[in-house]
Amino acid sequence: MSLHIQDLHATLEDGTEILKGVTLDIPKGEVHAIMGPNGSGKSTLSKVIAGHEGYLVTSGTVTLDGEEIFDMSVDERSRAGIFLAFQYPSEVPGVSNANFIRAALQARLPKGEDIDAVAYYKNLYSKMDMLEMDRKFTARAVNEGFSGGEKKRNEILQMMMLEPKYCILDETDSGLDIDALKIVAKGVNAMRSADRGMLLITHYQRLLDYIKPDHVHVMAEGRIVRSGGPELAHELEKHGYDFLKELALA
Amino acid sequence: MSYEESTAILDQETHEAINIDRTKGDFTFPERNKFDAGRGLTSATVDYICDVKNDPDWVREFRHKALKVFFDKPTPTNWATKDLENINFDEIRYYLSDGEKPKRSWDDVPPDVLETFERLGIPQQERAFLAGVEAQFDSEAAYSNVKEELTKQGVIFVTSAEGLKEHEEIFRPWFGKVIPTGDNKYSALNSAVFSGGSFIYIPKGVKLKQPLQAYFRINSESFGQFERTLIIADEGSEVMYMEGCTAPKFETATLHSAVVELVALKGAKIQYVTVQNWSSNVFNLVTKRGIAMEDAEVRWIDCNIGSRLTMKYPGVIMKGERARGEVISIALANTGQHQDTGAKMIHAADNTTSNVVSKSISVGEGRSTYRGQVLIPKHLKGCKNNTECDALLINSHSRTDTYPAITVKGNRHATQHEASVSQVSEDMLFYMQQRGLNEGQAMSLAVNGFINDLVREFPMEYSVELKRLIDLEMEGSVG
Repeated sequence: MSLHIQDLHATLEDGTEILKGVTLDIPKGEVHAIMGPNGSGKSTLSKVIAGHEGYLVTSGTVTLDGEEIFDMSVDERSRAGIFLAFQYPSEVPGVSNANFIRAALQARLPKGEDIDAVAYYKNLYSKMDMLEMDRKFTARAVNEGFSGGEKKRNEILQMMMLEPKYCILDETDSGLDIDALKIVAKGVNAMRSADRGMLLITHYQRLLDYIKPDHVHVMAEGRIVRSGGPELAHELEKHGYDFLKELALA
Repeated sequence: MSYEESTAILDQETHEAINIDRTKGDFTFPERNKFDAGRGLTSATVDYICDVKNDPDWVREFRHKALKVFFDKPTPTNWATKDLENINFDEIRYYLSDGEKPKRSWDDVPPDVLETFERLGIPQQERAFLAGVEAQFDSEAAYSNVKEELTKQGVIFVTSAEGLKEHEEIFRPWFGKVIPTGDNKYSALNSAVFSGGSFIYIPKGVKLKQPLQAYFRINSESFGQFERTLIIADEGSEVMYMEGCTAPKFETATLHSAVVELVALKGAKIQYVTVQNWSSNVFNLVTKRGIAMEDAEVRWIDCNIGSRLTMKYPGVIMKGERARGEVISIALANTGQHQDTGAKMIHAADNTTSNVVSKSISVGEGRSTYRGQVLIPKHLKGCKNNTECDALLINSHSRTDTYPAITVKGNRHATQHEASVSQVSEDMLFYMQQRGLNEGQAMSLAVNGFINDLVREFPMEYSVELKRLIDLEMEGSVG
C-alpha cells in the first residue's frame, strides 16, 4: 500500500520538460521529504500528482494503493485520498471556511446523505483548537485577507478534516515564523499514522527539525539525485546544494 | 489533454448545466379558458378585456389612450437589444381566464390550478410564514387571501381589478402616477391590457410582521401576462411584499410585461422582493418604480435567474426630505439569456440617500448588462448615492456591460461608484477541485460566495430557495 511514482516525465504546455523520470515510493506509515533548490521540479511533482491542467504527463505512472490515478479528474483523485497542501492557497471570496470544508466533506458522501452538522462543528472546533485558531475563523471567507501563516494553518486544518490517505505538503514552511511553524508541525505530526503516507516538499531543513522524516530525497533538474535517511537533510543544511554541481560534473 | 480539448469539455459541462430544466416550473395543464381575447392586439382586444372585467368607464378610457401610446412608441432598439424585434405582438394572446373570481380558500380553487400551486409550494409557504397570498394563473388570480387579523386592522390585499372598483378613492389618485402610461413602450402596453396583480393598502402605523406574497404563473403557450400592482403604505407603516414567477418551457415566445408602482408615504417603509425564474422563452419587460415621501424608504430586492430577455430597472423617486431608496439586485445569465437590469435613483428632495448594489453572473454565452441612472439636481443639498456593480464571468464566452449614468449637479452632495469584473480563475477552480468538489459544485460554491452578502438581504425562506436554484443552474444533472 503506497503512493508510487514510476519513471514520471512531465512537460509544460510549451513542451519544456520539467520532470525527467521521477521514481519514488511513499508507503503508508512513512514520511518522506523532498528537498532541492528552486526550479528543481519539486512543486511540479506535487501538481502533476494532484492533476493540474498546466502540465502534460508524457510517460510514467502514479498509482494510489495500486490504482492508476492519471485517468481520474482532480476531484476524483482528492476523493480517492490525495491531499495537496498548497504553497499559495487560493482565495474563495464570500465562501466561509466552515462552509467550504463542509462542502468538501459532503462531496465524499453518497447522494442523499447529509453531514451531521453538530458532529461536524464539534470535530472542526477540536482541530481548530489544536492549531490555535480563533473560532471567528469559521465565518471568514476562505483565505481572504489571511496572513501567510493563517493560510498555511488553514491548509493543515483542511487536511485534518478530510483525513486523506496521502498528504503532499508543498513548501508549507515558507512564510511561517517559528511559532506558526511549531503549530503547523503539531498538526502534521498528529496526522502521522500507519494508515497514511506523507510527502513534505521543502527548500530548507528547518521544517524537518519539527517533522522528522523517515526518508529524505534530493531533487535536482527534474530527477531524484540522492536518497537517504534524516541525516541527509543535515548534510544539506551544512553544505548547501553545491554538491549537486559536482554530481552533475561526475 | 490539449488546452482546446479541456476547454471543449468545460463547455460541454457548462452546456449540460444550462440544459437542466427548471423542473419545478416546467409543467403545464390543458387550457380550459372561458374567456380568450384571441391572438393579436387591436382596440377590439382592449374592449374585450374591459367587457370581461366589467371595467368602469375611466379605466376603459385609460386603456384605449395607452394602446395608442403603445402603437406610437418605437421599439427602443436605439439603446436596447435588437432581440426586442423578435416579439411578435400579432401572435400573442392578451387575455385568458376561466371566468372564476379569486377564491379565498384553496379548497375552492379548481384541482389542476391547485395542483400547479401546490407543486410550486405556495399553500405550504402561506401556512409557514406569509401574512397573505395572491396566486395568479395566466390573466387572473385564482386565489387571494389575507390573514383575518390584518383585514381587521384595515389592511387591503386584493387584485388590482377589485382595487380599482371597490377602493377607487384610494386606488385612483395613485394609479399610473408613479409610472405614467408613456414612461416606455411596455408600460404603455401594460396600461392597455393589464389584468391581475395586487392592490395593497397598509393603514397608518400598521407594521406587518410577515410578508405578503404574490405568485405569477403562466400556463398557456404564446400568452402575454400583464399584471399591474399598486402598493400604498400610509404614514409610518411597514410592509414586505414578495413575488415569484415561473412558466413552462414552450416552443414559442411568451411575454411578461408588468407595471409595479409603490407609494411610501411619510415615514413608511416598503420592501419589494422578487425572485424571477421564468423559463428561457419568456421576454420579461417590467417597469417598477416607487416614490418615497419624507423619511420614507423604498427597497427593491431583485433576483433574476430565468427568462430569455429581462429588462428591468427598479427605481425610487425620493420626493420627501431624508427619504431613502435602495436597489439590491442579483442577475444570473446562462447561455441563451440576457439579463439587462439596473436601477434608477431620482433625488428630488434635500438629504435623500440612495444605494445600489448590483451583482451579475454570466455563464456560458449568457449576457448581463447593468444600466444605472442616478440623478441629483443642482438646487438640492446633502444628497448621497452609493453605486456598486460587480460582474462575475464564468467562462470566456460570457459578456458583461456596464452603463452607469450618474448625474450630479451642484457640489453639496456625496456620491461614490465602484465597479468590478472578476472571473472564477483556473487556480481557484483547481484549489476547490483538489478538495474533492467536482467542477459544477466548485462553480456553484464560487457563485454563491460571490452573491453571499446580497443573499442575506432576502428573507430566509427565499434565500434557501435562491441557493437551490443557483445550485441547479450550476451543477446540472451530474451530482
